Amino acid sequence: MKRFVAVALALACGVTAVLAETDPIAERRALMKHDGEAAKKLFDMSKGKIPFDLAAVKVALQTLNEGATKSAALFPDNSQTGGGTAALPAVWQNKADFDARFAQFAKDVQAAQAGITDEATFKQFAPAVFKNCGACHEIYKAKSG
Amino acid sequence: MRVKWIAVILAVVVAAGAVLGWALTAPRPRYSTEEWQALSLAGDPAAGRLVFFAGGCESCHKSPGQDDPLKLGGGLELKTPFGSFYPPNISPDPVDGIGAWRPVDVANALLSGVSPDGRHFYPAFPYASYQHMTAKDVADLAAFLHTLPSVKGKAPPNALPFPFSIRRAVGFWKLLYFDNAGLRADPSQSEQWNRGRYLVEGPGHCGECHTPRNFLGAMDLSRSLAGAPLPDGHGKAASLRSGGFLDWTEADIVEALTSGFTPGGDVLGAGMTAVVRNLAELPESDRQAIAVYLKSLPPLGPAPAKP
Repeated sequence: MKRFVAVALALACGVTAVLAETDPIAERRALMKHDGEAAKKLFDMSKGKIPFDLAAVKVALQTLNEGATKSAALFPDNSQTGGGTAALPAVWQNKADFDARFAQFAKDVQAAQAGITDEATFKQFAPAVFKNCGACHEIYKAKSG
Repeated sequence: MRVKWIAVILAVVVAAGAVLGWALTAPRPRYSTEEWQALSLAGDPAAGRLVFFAGGCESCHKSPGQDDPLKLGGGLELKTPFGSFYPPNISPDPVDGIGAWRPVDVANALLSGVSPDGRHFYPAFPYASYQHMTAKDVADLAAFLHTLPSVKGKAPPNALPFPFSIRRAVGFWKLLYFDNAGLRADPSQSEQWNRGRYLVEGPGHCGECHTPRNFLGAMDLSRSLAGAPLPDGHGKAASLRSGGFLDWTEADIVEALTSGFTPGGDVLGAGMTAVVRNLAELPESDRQAIAVYLKSLPPLGPAPAKP
């Protein structure tokens, strides 16, 4: 029974991995959606709309780290249109800059993960994390039709 | 013999038509030099700085490839269905920029879409919105522009296919779509609402992206702010009269215009990132006024299907 479960799990992981690879648009949109929810939570905390919660901050930063490190690879050349993607052609025209921005995002998130221990350090590190959102969206994202 | 008379009559009709056309398309600047001087506006550069950021001049006129919004060498390509426009150098350089312009010239450019040498500007320069600005704001803006650094080099000429390359024809467009008028305050509304309306319909020129346009590129004001495709064809400006935006509170709007974050956790992207950057230079009361005005607009359903 255990072997059956193990094999089934491995197959399931493999199949989803293959499925994800064949639909990078869906996967990156899912990552971005989670990023947005995490960022909104951190943002509301930074504005005092919800109380500061260190555990929640760590969870949110982990989500952002996942987005920052996994997303750049989800923009292969054959994923420029379709699937409701809001990615602009500029992504593929400036791929090096695009990838570099994700690297910067990851750097800022990881610095925050290492540095945030309380509310004071949260307020110190959070702005650098938020700056990354607009920096990419200004040039590389459009509301698609 | 008859043919000769027909030819003569035809020639006279064509000539009369040309003269009439020329007269109809004549540029009509809002202010003559005397009328402007009679206003006695000194121009305050500190106030003009706020007008500059409300108007978002840097979004089109900033020299590309660098981040200083006060370097206004122009030249950023604006792709539209009518061809490519290149916003000119509006730095105070006396040769390549507008350093030789008098404040009345700046006024007539913004309020009437007319250049100091009596030619029409194309309405890609959003004077259809800027026409609602007050003379004082224009005077202050002109004073502020004069304090900025000179930038050398003219922008490239517009790349427009025939017939859009006939600049004089903009005069016909203006007859149809441009009322060359100011904005009258609505006394039944609060000062805050009127300030919001002024910012949105005047220097903020929000409709120039968010209002759908007809086949000649004029804003369809019956569907003001109801959303439109972006001029370069990539993506669209959201509807502020329907859909998800109707669920936004005034506080949500202020937040989005201050930080870029939307209630759903997204971040305003594309052209709106620059708008958020520019509006950050204005007092919060201005962003609140914009929010009050936008929330007061009645919802507008989708456009009726074309028969």
